[in-house]
Amino acid sequence: MSEKVLMKGNEAIAEAAIKAGCRFYFGYPITPQTEIAAYMAKRMPKIGGTFLQAESEVSAINMVYGVAGAGYRVMTSSSSPGVSLKQEGISYIAGADLPALIVNVQRGGPGLGGIQPSQSDYFQATKGGGHGDYKLVVYAPASVQEMADYTIKAFDVADKYRLPVMLLADGTMGQMMEPVELPDAEIKEYDKSWAVRGTQMKREHNIINSLYLNPEELERTNFERFEKYALIEKEECLYEEYMVDDADVVLVAFGIASRISKNAVNEARKQGLKVGLIRPITLWPFPVEPLKKAAEHAKGFISVELSMGQMIEDVRLATECKRPVALCNRTGGMIPSPEQVLESIKKMLSEVK
Amino acid sequence: MANPFKRVTLFAGHYGSGKTNIAVNYAKLLKSTGKKVKIADLDTVNPYFRTKDSIKDLEKLGIDLISPAFANTNVDLPALPQEIYGLVQNKDAYAIMDIGGDDRGAYALGRYTPYILQENDYEMIFVANFYRPLTRTADQAIEVMKEIELACGIKFTAIINNSNLGKDTTAKTVENTLKIAEELSNKTGLPIIYTTCTEQVANQLKVPNLMQITLQEKYFDVKEN
Repeated sequence: MSEKVLMKGNEAIAEAAIKAGCRFYFGYPITPQTEIAAYMAKRMPKIGGTFLQAESEVSAINMVYGVAGAGYRVMTSSSSPGVSLKQEGISYIAGADLPALIVNVQRGGPGLGGIQPSQSDYFQATKGGGHGDYKLVVYAPASVQEMADYTIKAFDVADKYRLPVMLLADGTMGQMMEPVELPDAEIKEYDKSWAVRGTQMKREHNIINSLYLNPEELERTNFERFEKYALIEKEECLYEEYMVDDADVVLVAFGIASRISKNAVNEARKQGLKVGLIRPITLWPFPVEPLKKAAEHAKGFISVELSMGQMIEDVRLATECKRPVALCNRTGGMIPSPEQVLESIKKMLSEVK
Repeated sequence: MANPFKRVTLFAGHYGSGKTNIAVNYAKLLKSTGKKVKIADLDTVNPYFRTKDSIKDLEKLGIDLISPAFANTNVDLPALPQEIYGLVQNKDAYAIMDIGGDDRGAYALGRYTPYILQENDYEMIFVANFYRPLTRTADQAIEVMKEIELACGIKFTAIINNSNLGKDTTAKTVENTLKIAEELSNKTGLPIIYTTCTEQVANQLKVPNLMQITLQEKYFDVKEN
């Protein structure tokens, strides 16, 4: 079926995961991502897959750990408070070098916060929400089509590098409906001779583990893992540039905020203002190069976020603080309007001259 | 008008089929005939994109909106306002009820069912969008219809074909679903009282009972330059 259908972002994630060969879903309901679980509950039994509503988020992520260790494509999904609960398990999966997909459809925080959209889990997703030295590749889709496309991509990258990957969306992205095409994904086969699937008494048994009794050995695995991360930084970074070449002000925004920012750029251009947008598609690895390049001609940057300003720190690092970086934000479930973004563009232009 | 308005009009269907938008547009249509109209949001399932998004529009037209106090807030609580009882018990206005998606949404209607059946002046409309992934065929739609009827205790009396692909909808998009809609109508014995479309494609369509609807524009919809 490569015909267009009309889907919610949450449904697109679920169907795309199935297309990518994921046959195991473990989760626990939480607004605004419950449609992922509901969709999986309907579809998985019809295709010989497993849908299991666990008794908690902690339980669900550890089921993911188990299936990932057996070398099968597996996922879980939740929303902010639920993803906090999963952090221990995510750290274990990273420590055991296992591929898995974790979806976070963010809502307002901290604490139980609220059910409206947010991007305030940026730090948690990109800086290692759990303990220890590890990274997740983090995809930030900005349309329902991208929700599907990057779900498929996430499974591939997870298998290719043997690491957990996160899809970081927000409530609006999960709930909104757009036309989407779901072509049959080409599923690449990766060597999974490391998986624990039974030895058939024919080989030495494999071990899935994140505990090291010897500190030298733990240090060595950490160094090796970071060599892998360096390769991912080189190979897997994705971003979109929009009217950046001649821009005086460059907006930086991902997900839902990038859509609003794009509308603001269009409006600013109509008014004769030279404004562009850099949209990170991977939040880790963060698109350092295009920002560094833009800092050579742009007079200032504005980080547009649904948070109190988290990605702004990476924007400052990437531009090496050569230019002022302002924040344009709403938080707690509120969304900035294009007018608010335009206002902050004009403010920046009046300040940097 | 082939289908005179009933005192109570109920909109149910698969979630995401466009019930809320149709209900709001239907309320406007009813109001334009000079009737007193009230619309109630019975959705206890969907956290976002509620009838309440159209509140300013509805108020301007003098259409009363009865909506849970928590709609569009952070309270994720399936409770309905008592005023909805007024809607089914007092017969002084035309009532439009926007039911939550699927059987899960339709359970909330059950408590009003005895009043609606007793008055027996209602239209229970199945809103169908055949571009939704779990209602791609007439048989899949029938499965959803049966689940809803079982959940709320009211049988469907009519169908609205609301097949669309959002902003990508063309005349062809609608035309391609006419056969499936007809099949659904034949298999269920229910009439297709409207086929919906936006203003842009209306003049390209030759379909009986075309209902023009306006879509809610959202500011995060990316406008092409």
